[in-house]
Amino acid sequence: MSTTSSVAQPTSAAPLAPAGTTGDRPVRRRRRPLGGGIGATFGVNGLLVLGSAYMVLPLLWLVFATTKDASALYGSDAFTWGGAFFANLERLLTEDGGIFIRWLGNSVLYAAVGAIVGGFVALMAGYAFDKFEFRGKNTLYGTVLIGVLIPNTATVIPLYLLAASLGVTNTMWAVLIPAFCNPFSVYLARVFSAGYLPDETLEAARVDGAGPIRSFFSIGLPMLVPGFVTIALFQFVAVWNNFMLPLIMLQDRQLFPTSVGIFLWQSQVQQNPEYLPLVIAGSFLSVVPLVIAFVMLQRFWRSGLSAGSVK
Amino acid sequence: MSVRTSGPRRSATKRRPIQGTGGRTATIFLVPFFTVFLVAMIAPVIYAVGLSLFAEQRSGLGFGGAETVFVGLGNYADVLANDTFIAGFGRLALYCVLYVPTLLGVALGFALLLDAVVAKAKRAFQLLLFLPHAVPGVIAALIWAYLYTPGVSPIVSALATGGIQIDFLSVHMVLPSMVNIAVWEWAGYNVIILFTALQSVPREVLEAARVDGAGEIRTAFSIKTPLIAPALGVALLFTVIGSLQLFTEPKILSTATTAVTSTWVPNMWAYDAAFNRNNLPQAAAASIILALLAGLLSWVVTRFTSKGTSR
Repeated sequence: MSTTSSVAQPTSAAPLAPAGTTGDRPVRRRRRPLGGGIGATFGVNGLLVLGSAYMVLPLLWLVFATTKDASALYGSDAFTWGGAFFANLERLLTEDGGIFIRWLGNSVLYAAVGAIVGGFVALMAGYAFDKFEFRGKNTLYGTVLIGVLIPNTATVIPLYLLAASLGVTNTMWAVLIPAFCNPFSVYLARVFSAGYLPDETLEAARVDGAGPIRSFFSIGLPMLVPGFVTIALFQFVAVWNNFMLPLIMLQDRQLFPTSVGIFLWQSQVQQNPEYLPLVIAGSFLSVVPLVIAFVMLQRFWRSGLSAGSVK
Repeated sequence: MSVRTSGPRRSATKRRPIQGTGGRTATIFLVPFFTVFLVAMIAPVIYAVGLSLFAEQRSGLGFGGAETVFVGLGNYADVLANDTFIAGFGRLALYCVLYVPTLLGVALGFALLLDAVVAKAKRAFQLLLFLPHAVPGVIAALIWAYLYTPGVSPIVSALATGGIQIDFLSVHMVLPSMVNIAVWEWAGYNVIILFTALQSVPREVLEAARVDGAGEIRTAFSIKTPLIAPALGVALLFTVIGSLQLFTEPKILSTATTAVTSTWVPNMWAYDAAFNRNNLPQAAAASIILALLAGLLSWVVTRFTSKGTSR
């Protein structure tokens, strides 16, 4: 019994196991440096510096722009400090009775609840697809993959139409429930379950008399925590970034996430340039937490990206 | 996708399933996900298909309200015969043709540079290249909208001092400008996927190429690139699906330039049908057309890439 499973195990888990871990380590292969010389070194690294500048300069512009008032934005050099940073932030946080704080709170709420509930739901499904055998498994998994292939925005209008007929538009649920459903997370969960969780461990738990539910919660779940964090991180970002769905579903400004709120201000800039510093400062404040999160959680998005590219 | 995934799937079924855990336990794990999947994806699409088969017709002079009549595929015919919808599709097609090769080219280029022997500080470069992905789509589009706006933009003024006058937001330039925004957002994400794949290219193969006298550049394009074709296929698939979603960038740019109309791409057309023209059945039909097209395109891409990579 145990021999067959230990023989079969490596074939399925081995190619997946590195997927979750390669990102954490420095380059494993040590290649002997080729000739190439100084010219190649400068060429390659010079191009990388240029590419990084292209990626980073727009963000740097946003940082500088946040320190300027409306007239300085149109007048001065882009990469100089203005003196209005705190004035801009103060206006941002007090405008319209402090509605921006409310929008930030909504974004955090939608993204956090969406990430935790949606991530957990996907983790359970991915675990089941990896560890259990049942009839119709491939067909069911096929439907999940079809869900991955349908662009999000193509389902937004149908979602709105259904929600409108049920009279639940303009509620938090109209944004939250779709956030719980992420077929790609199920796919990731299955990959992680195969990579992080050896069948033998569950087999041992079964021999010890643990039922399948208990095995999942006391053994599977703790071992899948890194996978769960990765899935939840990706889902958090997806919900935080979502624009079309809340734009369509919500009319009450008190329910807006930051993306829709900032868009509302942006659409008034043409008439009233005084909204411009609000848009810039609002953008700055909604980017900062995500950038910090991404820098700190590098390990997790790296493993998510490498797992996602395993076909 | 289903073609592509049949490989790993087969090895998974060969592995001995956990005994005594059949369909009943699996059901407990699968029910939460499939409930939200049903509510947030399948039901809306079915409802939209149903809705798209009817139309509201006003009797006589418009008195006495509207009545709903079955029109079969009439709405689809109307949508497909609509000039603005077709023009939007043309723009979307042009966008895809420009965006997909540019993005994959840029991402592959940076991944190969990072993988070059002489590249320094690989982790730092990866992080910098990835950073824009932490920026929500709305904010990315806003930042670039201002980087395109004369008077505010350092780019426009720098080009002007160099004697180059470009209006990035003009009718002809706005589409390439949008491609640039999307490349900025997504290049780093794909760089990481491709770089991870490059890391797993067997060392012996590269060694053999070197012994045979292939230089770094030759190796990069004739050895490494073909070997990461599966990862390129995945990146291609998700890029194509992503590009069909085009909504956020044009919606934001429409607040900065009149060159982007309210029906600029099919998604905006459907939004406009639902909220400005109050023609829900046509909005539903347009969404279904888009979803079908996306499904078809993904199928073609998976077919094409899995044929290309099978040995």
